[in-house]
Amino acid sequence: MLPARKLSPAGATAERLLWTLASLTTLVALWSLAAMMSDSRHLPGPMKVLEVLGQEFASGALWSNMSITLVRVACAFFLAMLIGTMIGIAIGSYKRADQFFDSWLVLFLNLPALVIIALSYVWLGTTELTAIMAVAINKIPNVAVQMREGARQLSRDLSEMAKLYNFGPWKTLRHVTLPQLAPFAAAAARSGLALVWKIVLVVEALGGHATGVGHQIHAAFGNYDVPTILAYALAFIVVIQIVEFGILQPLQARVMRWRR
Amino acid sequence: MESGNPVRIRVKRKTFPAIGGRDENTVLRDVSFEVSPREFVVLTGPSGCGKSTLLNIVAGLDTDYEGDIDLGAANPRMTFIFQTPRLLPWRTIRENLMLSLPDGDPRQNNVDAIIDRVGLTEAKNAYPERTSLGMQRRAALARGFIQEPDILLMDEPFVSLDDPTAQGLRELLVDLWNSRPTTVMFVTHDRTEAVMLGTRILRLAAGSASIKGDEGVRLSPSDRTQRDKVQAELKRIFDSTPET
Repeated sequence: MLPARKLSPAGATAERLLWTLASLTTLVALWSLAAMMSDSRHLPGPMKVLEVLGQEFASGALWSNMSITLVRVACAFFLAMLIGTMIGIAIGSYKRADQFFDSWLVLFLNLPALVIIALSYVWLGTTELTAIMAVAINKIPNVAVQMREGARQLSRDLSEMAKLYNFGPWKTLRHVTLPQLAPFAAAAARSGLALVWKIVLVVEALGGHATGVGHQIHAAFGNYDVPTILAYALAFIVVIQIVEFGILQPLQARVMRWRR
Repeated sequence: MESGNPVRIRVKRKTFPAIGGRDENTVLRDVSFEVSPREFVVLTGPSGCGKSTLLNIVAGLDTDYEGDIDLGAANPRMTFIFQTPRLLPWRTIRENLMLSLPDGDPRQNNVDAIIDRVGLTEAKNAYPERTSLGMQRRAALARGFIQEPDILLMDEPFVSLDDPTAQGLRELLVDLWNSRPTTVMFVTHDRTEAVMLGTRILRLAAGSASIKGDEGVRLSPSDRTQRDKVQAELKRIFDSTPET
């Protein structure tokens, strides 16, 4: 066994990247192998999927479907964060509200996504708003639960300090309350994005929308067109990872930078 | 508080309700005294005697008591320095001081000077949790004094520090107070600290506390830095009625 080496931060990053690369290469190799051994209609190889991806990109279908789905994701995400945060802070701050609404929250947390989606279309019809609402409603209880935890843990010591040093409501919110909630909001945002983007595809498939990645996958499924399904899945994973590493993780690191 | 009215404290009774299997607990009973302007009063007594509770009542943090507090002026500037530093961990030390004053207040111009004075020049742009507890307490002291308060309340601001650090902070407090004397109520269970800092010592008895000793401290500023003089004065004040 090699002795453990001390790595510089840059060295550590390089090593982590190397591991990720090796792991992904192995996955692609296994995929190719499996594709060669099975019926290519059921499991196309990586080259075939890339080829379809290229075609979709060239025709503009990839971009138009992807962008419309991402707009739906963004709307549902912000709506859910906003409403979930308000509910979470309200019930986290007032014990009576928590006692009363706790069972509602449990109910909504356990309501299957499919039920919410189906009922949304029955009650609201096939509109753009329905798609966004259906996704948001699925996500709101999770945000509310995480923000409730944050509100419960607000420091009494610091609110007394803010009171005695005459911070006033605006300064207290900005410099005392929100920074304490930020880590909870960041966690809710990251877990929320993963949930939202999975559900949005189901919503698009079930709601009979004529656009979006979900619709595209649904249509491909109807034709047993596995390469298209995999091509869109791949494209979607890449985009969501860019959002995660490019936006959410730096944001989380920023709100936590004061920690020891 | 130019007029120089004393602060009048009259607490007839302060009771904590029975909670979590604990019986109802009366911590203060008939505690009345006056504090003259620019007097440095130290409240001392065994732990649990209600001295912190009394300070919270004076500060207006605890309003559930029988009695009344007359602060000697309609709206005196009152500042509280807590047992823990209570700085905002997500703001730098300098930002913490700036935020403790209203935006655009002329006192904000003194922030850098007081930071230098308490020896935090190097650390002023650091987040509090990245500095030592002693530095955080310096920052809390600076935040209190930058207010230029009429009444300064302090609740054991130097506990859980090693001796030299605590001593350094006491000297800093005396220095700050000498350059701008203000009415102080200082809570501690440390008798040496009480004698070194106070111009008057109020002793609260254990149990449902009332005042059981009220003595002026007869030490000149230079006496206060001499260990034997402090010890002699400590003996004189505390040995007259032994601690129970």
